[in-house]
Amino acid sequence: MTDYDVIVVGAGHNGLVCAAYLARAGRKVLVVEANQQPGGGAATREFADGFSVSACAHWLTHLNPEVKRDLALEHHGLTLAARDLDSIGLDPGGQHVTVKGDSVDGPSISTGDKAAYQEFHRMTLKFSSLLANAFKLRPPKLVAGNFSDRLNLARLGLGMKLMGKQDMSELLRLALINIYDVMEERFDNELLKATLSFDGVLGAHMGPRSPNTVFGYLYRRVGDVYGFNGPAVVRGGMGGVGAALVEAANSHQVVCRTGVAVQDIMLKADRARGVRLVGGEEITAKLVVSNADPKTTFNKLVGLPNVETGLARRVKNIRMQGGAAKLHLALDGLPEFKGLSAQQLGQRLVIAPTMNYIEEAFNPAKYGEYSTAPAMDISIPSLHDASLAPAGKHVLSAIVQFAPYALRAGWESEKDKFKSLVIARIAEYAPGLEQLVTASELLTPVDLEQEFHMYGGHWHHGEISLDQIMFMRPFPGATQYGTAVDGLYLCGAGTHPGGGVMGLSGRNAAREIIKRGNLA
Amino acid sequence: MSEYRDETMMLKTPFHSRVEAANELNEWDGWSGYTTPVAYTDVELEYFAIRNSTGVFDLSPMTKYRISGPDAEAYLNRLVTRDVSKIKIDRVGYVIWCDDEGQMMDDGTLFHLGKNDYRLCSYTRVMDWMSWAAMGFDVRIVDETSEVAALAVQGPTSCACLSAMGLTGLEELKPFGIKRFTFADTELMVSRTGFTGDLGYELWIEPQHAEALWDQLFAAGKHYMIKPIGSSALDLARIETGFLQAGVDFVPAQDTVRIGRSRSPFELGLSWLVDFEKPVFNGRKALLKESVEGSSYRLVFLDVEGNKPAANSFILVGPEQVGTVTSAAWCPTAKSNFAFAQVEAKYAEVGRELIAEIYYQRELHWTRLLAKCTVVAAAPFNPPRRRQTPAPMC
Amino acid sequence: MDSRTCPWHALRFDTGGHVVKKYDAIVIGAGHNGLTNAAYLAKSGLDVLVVERNSYIGGATVSRELHKDWTYSNCSYVCSLLRPEISRDLELPRHGLQVVPYGGGITFMENGDQFGNFRDHERQYREIMRHSPRDANAYDRYSADVTKQTRLIRPFLLRTPPDPTSLKPRDLKELAMLARAFTEMGEEGLADTLKFWTMSVGDYLESFFETDVLKAHLAGSGIIGTALGVYSPGTAYVLLHHYMGDVDGTVGAWGFARGGMGAVSAALAKSLQAYGGEIVCAANVDQIMVRNGRATGVALKDGTEYHADIVVSNLDPKRTFLDIMAESDLPEDVVNKAKNFKIRGSSGKLNIALDGLPTFNGVHPDSTLMIGDMHFSDSLERLERAYDDWKAGAWSRDPYCDMLIPTLTDPTMAPPGKHMMTVFVQYAPPLINGREWTDEDRDAFGKTVIDQIGNYSPDFKDLILHAEVRTPRELEAEVGLTEGNIFQGELTFDQLLFNRPFPGYAQYRGPVKGMYMCGSGTHPGGGVMAAPGANAAREILMDLKRPNTVPGAYADD
Repeated sequence: MTDYDVIVVGAGHNGLVCAAYLARAGRKVLVVEANQQPGGGAATREFADGFSVSACAHWLTHLNPEVKRDLALEHHGLTLAARDLDSIGLDPGGQHVTVKGDSVDGPSISTGDKAAYQEFHRMTLKFSSLLANAFKLRPPKLVAGNFSDRLNLARLGLGMKLMGKQDMSELLRLALINIYDVMEERFDNELLKATLSFDGVLGAHMGPRSPNTVFGYLYRRVGDVYGFNGPAVVRGGMGGVGAALVEAANSHQVVCRTGVAVQDIMLKADRARGVRLVGGEEITAKLVVSNADPKTTFNKLVGLPNVETGLARRVKNIRMQGGAAKLHLALDGLPEFKGLSAQQLGQRLVIAPTMNYIEEAFNPAKYGEYSTAPAMDISIPSLHDASLAPAGKHVLSAIVQFAPYALRAGWESEKDKFKSLVIARIAEYAPGLEQLVTASELLTPVDLEQEFHMYGGHWHHGEISLDQIMFMRPFPGATQYGTAVDGLYLCGAGTHPGGGVMGLSGRNAAREIIKRGNLA
Repeated sequence: MSEYRDETMMLKTPFHSRVEAANELNEWDGWSGYTTPVAYTDVELEYFAIRNSTGVFDLSPMTKYRISGPDAEAYLNRLVTRDVSKIKIDRVGYVIWCDDEGQMMDDGTLFHLGKNDYRLCSYTRVMDWMSWAAMGFDVRIVDETSEVAALAVQGPTSCACLSAMGLTGLEELKPFGIKRFTFADTELMVSRTGFTGDLGYELWIEPQHAEALWDQLFAAGKHYMIKPIGSSALDLARIETGFLQAGVDFVPAQDTVRIGRSRSPFELGLSWLVDFEKPVFNGRKALLKESVEGSSYRLVFLDVEGNKPAANSFILVGPEQVGTVTSAAWCPTAKSNFAFAQVEAKYAEVGRELIAEIYYQRELHWTRLLAKCTVVAAAPFNPPRRRQTPAPMC
Repeated sequence: MDSRTCPWHALRFDTGGHVVKKYDAIVIGAGHNGLTNAAYLAKSGLDVLVVERNSYIGGATVSRELHKDWTYSNCSYVCSLLRPEISRDLELPRHGLQVVPYGGGITFMENGDQFGNFRDHERQYREIMRHSPRDANAYDRYSADVTKQTRLIRPFLLRTPPDPTSLKPRDLKELAMLARAFTEMGEEGLADTLKFWTMSVGDYLESFFETDVLKAHLAGSGIIGTALGVYSPGTAYVLLHHYMGDVDGTVGAWGFARGGMGAVSAALAKSLQAYGGEIVCAANVDQIMVRNGRATGVALKDGTEYHADIVVSNLDPKRTFLDIMAESDLPEDVVNKAKNFKIRGSSGKLNIALDGLPTFNGVHPDSTLMIGDMHFSDSLERLERAYDDWKAGAWSRDPYCDMLIPTLTDPTMAPPGKHMMTVFVQYAPPLINGREWTDEDRDAFGKTVIDQIGNYSPDFKDLILHAEVRTPRELEAEVGLTEGNIFQGELTFDQLLFNRPFPGYAQYRGPVKGMYMCGSGTHPGGGVMAAPGANAAREILMDLKRPNTVPGAYADD
């Protein structure tokens, strides 16, 4: 007799989603989380007295509507403080470019570019819809597939065929190409190209010239398919997502224990039989589901000596070195950005003046150096949610690229230098910013690894590029959520479809577990 | 001609000066990059030295890895298919290792030299695989191929030769045992192991003492008809006794590029080396599955009608090709025409009659022979002296 | 007209004026693919004319005497990919082609050491052992893995890529064959293959090796001729492209054409002429003539017209559709696709006449390593940084060189004791910071390369008798390769197989009836393979309902 049917290791959003779905299907589920706060990368952090901010992801762009509905997340307290925000590409001279859903605007944007963007948006949305279809399915096996694999493959194939010959062949080309070329093919305005292309490399170890970055862009646009006509701000910060998920899970009688770290997953021969907590407590279950990334799962929780060498090698070869840092500023007042109205300040602000700027920001990351002129995705969430900062004060949150996990010089000595450089870069667009800063923190990928237990500080639990998606994610042999260790499943962003607060990895894993039916 | 040489050129073993002097035929081959003799005087006489007196084979090119560190035993237990914890200190175990698909990578002998201190000898090189396998273990792996000189001393008078050289008490050493002696102020390790299926020993020593060892051994063995042997005689002896050779009787899994060309231990008749009771090891899952679902192929021993060796023959059932011969020889001691063949599993039961399609040539005339052959349980040569302790002296 | 610049003396030169004769087929461009295509058409009995802009044939497959008594393979410089099926079928050996394999290869290191690439397996093992025992063994796994991938792709080199959007029986059959080849590998094998095709050569090599110089030595093949860096996804496939060839069955081996690469085109020309085909040089095509949606022939810049119902372009897709065809004759999507076709100048070339054999630090002049490809980039980082320069619109300050001394193998290319050196240089951008190359740029580029070589060879600079420096500008101007791209288009997966040159046009047929493509811009791509030319001929003959004259691929090896 085991203590639980299923133990989920990690109360990241995917772990909670998975747990809730399993409990909804009648399983007795325990979630154990090392941090005090559930939510994993969807977390709110008080980094200075009275100032809170979304510690990792800061926009909600991808939450799958089916997950939201199935788990009644709104009922359980998920509230958006703002939604369908614009993305504003900042121009040093104030000639900003605004991307709103299916249109672009700005003083420097030609009518040609406006029309081209609409066509581009139409096409990418079509492709992203196809992706969205693939996202909700277990990645089919291509060779040894069973009936449902073949059905899924046929569905995806049919979906492509239905797009029509022109679009299908364009997709075959685009999926492999780099976003730089596509931008050059379609648009004239440098800032527009840069603003759009930044979406292709967000959270990735890639520059706009890296092949596969169109895929990254399409991945991003799946959020549009899910009804996000631009990024959204969660009330109370991204921790609000985690809190709602915990409520949802609780409503299905999931037991959540936070602040308890798992020492290891207990095995009998090659079968998981429960978890051992730090401190020695042992909890048994029929199945263990790991919401940790695949490297952490196998390196630490299972232990490489307990799996076969070929699998250990596959784990080692997963590419997941984080390249994004997170900057948090406590501000004494609202900063002024050149040429931005107060309304515009609340939108998503992008610092990426040209595609070459992003590319040159990326170059040093290849050699273990940080960008001296980084690209940024900036949010001032306190404009939408007053609870994040004391009255009249504000918080600014920025995703900063690129800051490689394995900094050659070591983050210890470089972190403060980098932080000043990043603040100075924002200040070029927002003069006087430095004077408003009352507290600040920079989370490097090393900090993110510490904080959120994700190997390499990689947000997506593994680079999202063509060699690591679908039936290659996280690695061949573990692509349908089950692993070579019997009774051990993966449900984190390291599995298909991947990162972003989407909930689908957790949902798909739960569905797979339920479908396999046997909790033996 | 240029006098240019560099360290990448052909290597010579620590015994080379002696080997070269003894090599009357000047027939050489390469083995793992070392110059090695194919035969010294006459293949047949060398073969009979193994079976009748003592044959000495320079084993130095054999790949040798030293595995040590706190996790050495655990590491090896995950690497190989049998339970390493059952190989006591100063004992040698015959081991095989597989990839995750349960396909044979190679076989070898594992020497348990001390607590968490092992030497693995193999035909192929496995540093790459062993290094990957070491992730998560506190273990040190060193390629010591060039740091250890080795001789195989094999045959009915081998114990006598070595005793005459002063290795007293050797006769008490059991098969797969290790005994240490002092030779020229250094350690001479002797193991009762070999690749001939006969009474025999392998000697392990630091390279700088190799020539002295050779000289003393041959001086002591003179009256026991000791002879150096080349690779051809050894090959004959190993076929006669049913020992597999990597690259000949199976393709090491890591070297295969075509689908379905590698083989599992079950398919090679080595299931006795697979222990499902011990902790996780490489290939376990796949082999468990195979043990339930059955194998595709089976390596069988064949007793072939007539006296024409069935080398490279097709194996037929009626007109249908069901397998191929991997090793074959007329065995001079057993007086048997013996072959190993890989055949489809359903034709592998002992007693099954098959046909070998043999081609042989006499004076440029080729003859095609359809020889009957029978699947037999064991190789023809397996003398009691191979196991006797105390070892016989002649 | 200087006949010496023309390696095949029986060529006819365009003399202007109107030609009344109508041919069965006209091939534009006497590069190796054009000649191959024409040879197969002629072999089937068609009356074929090849029109060549230059006064010599060969396109980028040429031997030229640019310094007295020295022969330069001044564009393509080595041979491996040339399909043996074609070589044999067109009797190229009888027509004078002989390919001699490399002796080895070497990467010189900044620290004075080097990495040697030996043909002998054991020697290679010992060489890698010097750097890393683990890598010495991993090299076998690497070789096996590359061989696996190569074996998968080789059978498709002499086949027309299927159109995945089509439901025609032939396409479905070919797709099924492709699918079979894939499914045979098993679930994980297939996933590994898809990974291989989409990953970077740097990541691929890092999954095998720990030694920087070894990775760098091997990675070169992943970027040659490609405007990508070693860490750009997709470059692992480019590596494969360089391993697909063979010299007499040794898959992956490279060799020298005796007499320089011009020997390849000369043999092809002789083969073509033996089948009754004609070549006219100094015939600069102005336009492919189209009437009522059908190709009718070509018009030269001097007004001459040659007529035929079949017109085959050996030019790259951009030149074909944007230069020598009228936009009004083409569907809009083809014009757009041609505009968006990725064909990037990324390389330059130095051809150097030497007064003697230069000595290199750390390698004996008699070493077999010298008889092959030599490099100076000893880490992936240096290779990637070279690419960063290109991205920024400059030539690499520390370029990747693929340098050979063919005269260590071929006694015909320089006087005895003298040598010829060919240096392929990467990266060189098509434009310098957005502007055209100048002669000063070219010379500075040449100096960068010569200085780099000089760092490893103390006597090199003193031995230079003549050096020809070719940037993308020269390659485009002389050979007609857009931006000087040696493969007539990037070998990235978006432009391979059924995507090459564009989706929907990968079966050699152009958008106009009777118009075809046969250049390296079509499947299976560049590298003096002659497969595009042969494949295109097979399609043309099929359309004409004539018996096929093009051989199929050899079976399993």
